[in-house]
Amino acid sequence: MGQAAEETTLLFDGADWNFETLNNTLNAIEDIALNDLGLNIYPNQIEIISSEQMLDAYSSHGMPLMYKHWSFGKHFARDQMMYQKGYSGLAYEIVINADPCIAYLMEENSMTMQALVMAHACFGHNHFFKNNYLFRQWTDAEGILPYLDFAKKYIAKCEDQYGLEEVESVLDAAHALMDQGVFRYNRPPRLSDADRLAKMAARAKHAETTFNDIWRTLPDLEVEEEEEMEERQAEVRNIKLPEENLLYFIEKASPVLRPWQRELVRIVRNVAQYFYPQKQTQVMNEGCATFVHHYIMNELFNRGQISEGAIMEFLHSHSSVVFQPEFDDQRYSGFNPYALGFAMMEDIKRISEDPTDEDREWFPEIAGRNEWREVLKDAWANFRDESFILQYLSPTVMRNFRMFAIADVAKESHVHISDIHDNRGFRQVRERLAKLYDLGMREANIQVVAADLEGDRALHLRHETHNGRKLDTKTKDAVLTHIETLWGHEVTLDEV
Amino acid sequence: MTSFHFIDRRKNPKGKSLGNRQRFLKRAKAQIKDAVNKSLRDRSLKEIDKGEKITIPSKSTAEPRFRVDPNTGEREMVHPGNKEFAKGDKVKKPPKGGGRGKGKEASDSGDGEDEFQFTLTQEEFLDIFFEDLELPNLVKRSLKEIKSTAFKRAGITSAGSPTNLNLIRTMRNAHGRRLALRRPSTKEMNALKERLFQLERISQPNEDEIAEKKSILAQLEEMEARRRWAPFIDPLDVRYNAFEPTPVQTTAAVMFCLMDVSGSMGEREKDLAKRFYMLLYLFLKRRYERVEVVFIRHTHHAEEVDEETFFYSRQSGGTVVSTALEKMMEVQKDRFPAGEWNIYVAQASDGFTQSGDAQRCVEMLNDDIMPISQYYAYIEILDERELEVFSDADSGAELWRAYRTFAPAWGHFAQTRIAKPQDIFPVFRELFAKDKREAA
Repeated sequence: MGQAAEETTLLFDGADWNFETLNNTLNAIEDIALNDLGLNIYPNQIEIISSEQMLDAYSSHGMPLMYKHWSFGKHFARDQMMYQKGYSGLAYEIVINADPCIAYLMEENSMTMQALVMAHACFGHNHFFKNNYLFRQWTDAEGILPYLDFAKKYIAKCEDQYGLEEVESVLDAAHALMDQGVFRYNRPPRLSDADRLAKMAARAKHAETTFNDIWRTLPDLEVEEEEEMEERQAEVRNIKLPEENLLYFIEKASPVLRPWQRELVRIVRNVAQYFYPQKQTQVMNEGCATFVHHYIMNELFNRGQISEGAIMEFLHSHSSVVFQPEFDDQRYSGFNPYALGFAMMEDIKRISEDPTDEDREWFPEIAGRNEWREVLKDAWANFRDESFILQYLSPTVMRNFRMFAIADVAKESHVHISDIHDNRGFRQVRERLAKLYDLGMREANIQVVAADLEGDRALHLRHETHNGRKLDTKTKDAVLTHIETLWGHEVTLDEV
Repeated sequence: MTSFHFIDRRKNPKGKSLGNRQRFLKRAKAQIKDAVNKSLRDRSLKEIDKGEKITIPSKSTAEPRFRVDPNTGEREMVHPGNKEFAKGDKVKKPPKGGGRGKGKEASDSGDGEDEFQFTLTQEEFLDIFFEDLELPNLVKRSLKEIKSTAFKRAGITSAGSPTNLNLIRTMRNAHGRRLALRRPSTKEMNALKERLFQLERISQPNEDEIAEKKSILAQLEEMEARRRWAPFIDPLDVRYNAFEPTPVQTTAAVMFCLMDVSGSMGEREKDLAKRFYMLLYLFLKRRYERVEVVFIRHTHHAEEVDEETFFYSRQSGGTVVSTALEKMMEVQKDRFPAGEWNIYVAQASDGFTQSGDAQRCVEMLNDDIMPISQYYAYIEILDERELEVFSDADSGAELWRAYRTFAPAWGHFAQTRIAKPQDIFPVFRELFAKDKREAA
């Protein structure tokens, strides 16, 4: 290492960065990412922003454009206060699943941090977005920004036309159903549905050519055209109950929504769907990015391209990123996805390079084959958190985290330790942990079971309880009120 | 190699989420207003124009989602950090709210917390504060405005507008530069030309003369060239006077707050009085560099107190208003000489005073106070029923009637009766109008 350092020059020295050092560093990182790790990425678009702009981006799902809503203002107000009072720092980066992949770097970062962040976001997350099956199937990286642009303008237009309150009441109600507004098992229709957009453009054009001040009330948003209504009703007839995507069902079948209100519901639903894969791959996505930045930074150091000071600074922030507080710690709030993902992926590398007997027994197909690059890339492409843990959580990781499983019956005063990190418990602990990452289990499973569209128009929902866990009544009532706003008639919910 | 794009967005306009913030403030308006009104009570007069951290109930801005109630059914969890547990152990649950650290889970979207805390900017705070007072827009704007500035000399610069050209500096620089570059002077050249002229007049010059002539011509040419590249005045020499905007140094003002604190002044009355003082303070703050506030409370005797005591402690006793005026004069003579301080007096009372005392007050005002004050504002705080009874300006409590008789003599005396916050402003109308005229 010492000799190499003499031959190659450092990419940067000290904390200050400029666009030249950024560019040189990015090239060096890319060399390792593409030629050593063999990652497959979208082109990168890297944007330097100030902390204030970071706060702005924070409050609206981190997206560069978003429609306006008070809840984003509320999040901003809170984040701003937390930041100004020093309760919380800001993320070093935000990365957006789009093609090209957009990453925000904060100007306050030191050069070492910029290198870390570029490796993390522009290669780790970027590779994951481009290759993981959930993102490939369920989101449309090319279409998202144009779609959000459309959504933003559309909602602004509706606000002008129908007033803030009208728009807000629909968005509020739709937001309340975002968790129940996704397709979990069927592939959703594409965002940039070419047909639909073309139709809209044609309509806009028609409105322009026949422009008349008297008709300024945009009749196309107010009244549904016959042909469209038939199309929609045909779609409603095709829906087979029970339907898990409440927003979809309401958008199509609600007896009271006007066309522009249906469009608002659709926008919220599409945004929810776009973020759905991210919720299912937190551990993997962060694990992948963390593994990649860790590997690349060490490799840069081995090649003598960054100084000892830089690697020390890197290790300091890396270890706080992968810090896992224990269950009895004040700071504990569940597993840290960075820590768990990184530990599992590092362990795959270790098993592949230097396995123990235990590893050979548990992972005969990868142990000792020294093919960790392929194994990891396969995992990143074809698994989500639940299946990844079920497949790859090794006894070593469970031991290191000192994992234990408990059964917690709400009515009892004690919890029962069901299994711990020993030979008898490994498989059960692993299974339990995997299950915790199954969104179907984590989020309330609520479905439309019946809707009387001809008669009294009542909408019946059912919550399929799991292990006797009921819905919180206070939020349940509030959400039901929102659903009634959208449905316009009676809505019932029973829990079985 | 993949193509990279670095885009520097730092210069992009900030406040992208401003629209969201406005929507949020609008949404929670009623609660924010309550919180602001509550915080008016807790904040001191001098802090009125600062931003404020406020807390509102989260109910109005809740974003409910379906949520599983943790107190039902059973669930299986996996945690890290086992120390002594073995399979089959039973462990007592930690007390609610602690231990398992579920803190973050319910942080914002559910109604996990009952309160939502954030910071209002100064402008937002004042907007809400002004709302109740029903201030005219112009006044609102002028109160929020940052203090006025004037241009002051700030040395010499090398760039500026021609009107600010500093001739002396410019010429001095040019002169120095000409010396340094040895620019041939016109005098020298004229001497040579003279000589040349003489030489040319010689009809048959000898060789020496021809040589001299040549050398003079060469010299002259060189000098011309030199003069061309070392001009008389070069853009480098030009200097301008610089001016910088600096806050106007106005003299200091002192604001006397006089208030009757006898039993008849309750919570509501004091709250109204506080707003009255706050508004005056804001006005003074904008006009004067330095504003001191003196609080004088009185019953049948008067004393100077701190703000806390002024607004929140009770005292019993009769009511003799003139004692407050006496006290005020005493403090004024002692610490605020009229030559150095602009004196503003704001008096709040329920209008009752010992019989005969009102006349004494008027005498004091006429003889001592009005001549030295900039403005004297008197409010009489009534409840709404009383306000109807006293709808006629001429009838009223003793103090009111007494003030009415002498007020017209002084242009800078204002009195009004108030029962609601929006009644406060009229008493200042004259004050703000005057300011407007001066500004125009």
